[in-house]
Amino acid sequence: MPNPKRKMSKSRRDKRRTHYKASAPSLSRCSQCGELKLSHRACPNCGYYAGKSVFVPES
Amino acid sequence: MRHRVKGRKLKRTSEHRLATLRNLATSLLKHKKIKTTLAKAKELRTFVEPIITKAKVDSVANRRYVAADIKDKEVVKELFTSIVNKIGERPGGYTRIIKLGQRKGDGAELAYIELVDYSDVVKEKSTKKKTENKTKAEEQKAEEVKTEEEVKKAEPQSEVNQEPKAEAGEQTSSEEKKEEN
Repeated sequence: MPNPKRKMSKSRRDKRRTHYKASAPSLSRCSQCGELKLSHRACPNCGYYAGKSVFVPES
Repeated sequence: MRHRVKGRKLKRTSEHRLATLRNLATSLLKHKKIKTTLAKAKELRTFVEPIITKAKVDSVANRRYVAADIKDKEVVKELFTSIVNKIGERPGGYTRIIKLGQRKGDGAELAYIELVDYSDVVKEKSTKKKTENKTKAEEQKAEEVKTEEEVKKAEPQSEVNQEPKAEAGEQTSSEEKKEEN
């Protein structure tokens, strides 16, 4: 069986991992209340989606 | 390979999956709008829509076909009478899914699934409940305030004058309520 000739140094391993990043969610403004929300989902702040009330928020 | 294999397993055995879908379908037809995970909502869509289509023609055979999946007799009755009437000429697409975002505990994506023709009805119901709860909460608060004031007034005064003073306390509290409103 072929095997790696050398151990991967910590430096090389960590350099590879510099590209592993989390991306920020792309948020949009709610058309009803103006809060930031995920697109294609009901607004968690006001409970509206596509101009209609989907649920009434608890507060 | 799972090419062209339809449906989700929902991490259940086939019996468990069938039972889940039957329960979800019954709940949806009973309450018109239910909150569940997005995967279950999407799976429920393909399960419940053919049942509703079947219910459009009222016959003994169709009623038995539907009753095989919907185990609640009252719900079957309602489906064949009021729900089918409400749906009318709609050629399929009886349900609507609205995504709600992630659940806190396990990060599962939640969604509402509702019968399209009942979306307004459900809304009225939910708002009614909310207002009822609100009024109840306000009444409770008012009562608490009253009792507190009664206790305060009762403490320094003699036992003879307690009753009229307590009434006065109630009056002031009601006035305060008006001011709040």
